[in-house]
Formats: sequence, structure tokens, C-alpha cells
Amino acid sequence: MPEPNSDVDAEYCVPVASVNDIVTARVQGRGLAQRLGFSAGEATLVATAISELARNIVQYAGNGDIVLRSITNGTRQGIVVVARDHGPGIGDLKLAVRSGYSTSGGLGLGLPGVRRIVDDFQIVSNRQDGTTVTVTKWRF
Amino acid sequence: MAVPILKQSQYLIATIQSALSDEDLLSLQAALVDKVGKYRSRGVIVDVTALDVLDSFASRTLRDIAHIIRLRGAETVIVGVQPEVAFAMVQLGITLEKVSTALDLEEGLAYLDKKLQHARAEL
Repeated sequence: MPEPNSDVDAEYCVPVASVNDIVTARVQGRGLAQRLGFSAGEATLVATAISELARNIVQYAGNGDIVLRSITNGTRQGIVVVARDHGPGIGDLKLAVRSGYSTSGGLGLGLPGVRRIVDDFQIVSNRQDGTTVTVTKWRF
Repeated sequence: MAVPILKQSQYLIATIQSALSDEDLLSLQAALVDKVGKYRSRGVIVDVTALDVLDSFASRTLRDIAHIIRLRGAETVIVGVQPEVAFAMVQLGITLEKVSTALDLEEGLAYLDKKLQHARAEL
């Protein structure tokens, strides 16, 4: 991704260690989206993406963080959501982002679903450092 | 936060009041399955008007509730999926197929009444 001319004016870090933190993370995300002038529909997409990413952390790594920050590119405003954990990493990244694939008996919508509802999606995962998913959603 | 479940004649109405944790959703599932037997209910309405996010876990739990209740001999209808929520669900790839939905509580009750009439007519 070409690095946008980013201007970070706020950063929120929500520790995610249990299913209850999933709600906290998405409430924070929706709040930030609304403050940045996202429409109700866009804010819902942001909250939904955060919900899926936070759930992945709880389910596969046990704990991690959701970091939220605003970015600006010219007149465009957006939100970056970073979901990071120090869990076991993802064995087969290509498979994990394929629609319908799940190792947990889920719907297999997690990562591929998130990828569909955001504008930019990056994932880095290995056994040493765990998994970091970075997504960006721009305000329309 | 526990979801209140109201018994109204042959139906159970569960009105979700605020964002639910995974545990709340699973307790709702258990409570409904239990109460359908206890009250011999013929229909269940789950009102999700207050939910601002229906992610894959919540959707799967709602789908499971509908299927489990059907195995218990009653019909479930999900009512009140908000427009933005519906939009996000479809983009995420969630369709809630084979689960009945209705616009609001009123429509949900009308749907269940109709279903029950059909069932009686067939007897």
C-alpha cells in the first residue's frame, strides 16, 4: 500500500483478552468513526470489521490489542484499525483469507468478510510474532 | 446483560436491549430453548432492533437459535434488523438463509399467526 500522507491525531488502544472486550472495541471504533463524520452505514461497517478482528484475537490468540487511529490523505479522512496478537500465527494465510474457510467451525466469513467491507487489508503473520491485521476504511 | 423474554399467548418475545456479548447471546439461546418447552410455545420472536452490529458470531447464534427452536417444534422469526446492519451483514457475506425475518414486531407476530393457521389447516 502506498503510505498515505497520514496525520494521526488520536490513537486508541483497546486490550482484547475476553469476549467482553469485543463489544468495547467496536463501541470505541464506532465512536471514532462518528467523530470523523462517517455515515451511520460506514460506521456500522467499521464496527463490524472490528468485531470480527477482535473475535479472531480472542479465539485464536487468547489476547491482543485493537488499535484505532484516524488518518488523513488530502481532504479524505479514514480510520485505520490494527488488530495485533502474539498468538501462534496463521499457518496458511492464503487459505485463511479464502471465503468459507474456517478452522474453528465458524462461518468462514471472518477474514474474507472483513476484507470485503474495508478499503485496504493487510495481514502479517508468523509463528514468532503472531498476527497483525491492518485495515483502512475511508470516509465516502 | 440478560435479554428479557416475554410470554404472550403461544409466543415468546425476546427483545434485545443493547449490544450483547457472546455469552449473553448463548444464554439467550439456552433460555429460549428451555422456555419453548416450559410454556409449550409455538413461536419465538427475537427482536434485534437495538443491535448496531450483527457480526458472524451473532448471526450464527441467531441462525442456531432458529434451527434449534424448529427442532423443538416452534417457529422463530427475527425482527428489526436495521438498514445499516442489513447492509453490513450482506457485505460481510451473511445471509441468515432459512431463517425467517420480518420488518418489526408487528410484522413478526402477523407472520407467526399466519404460519400457525397454515399448520392448523393442514391438520
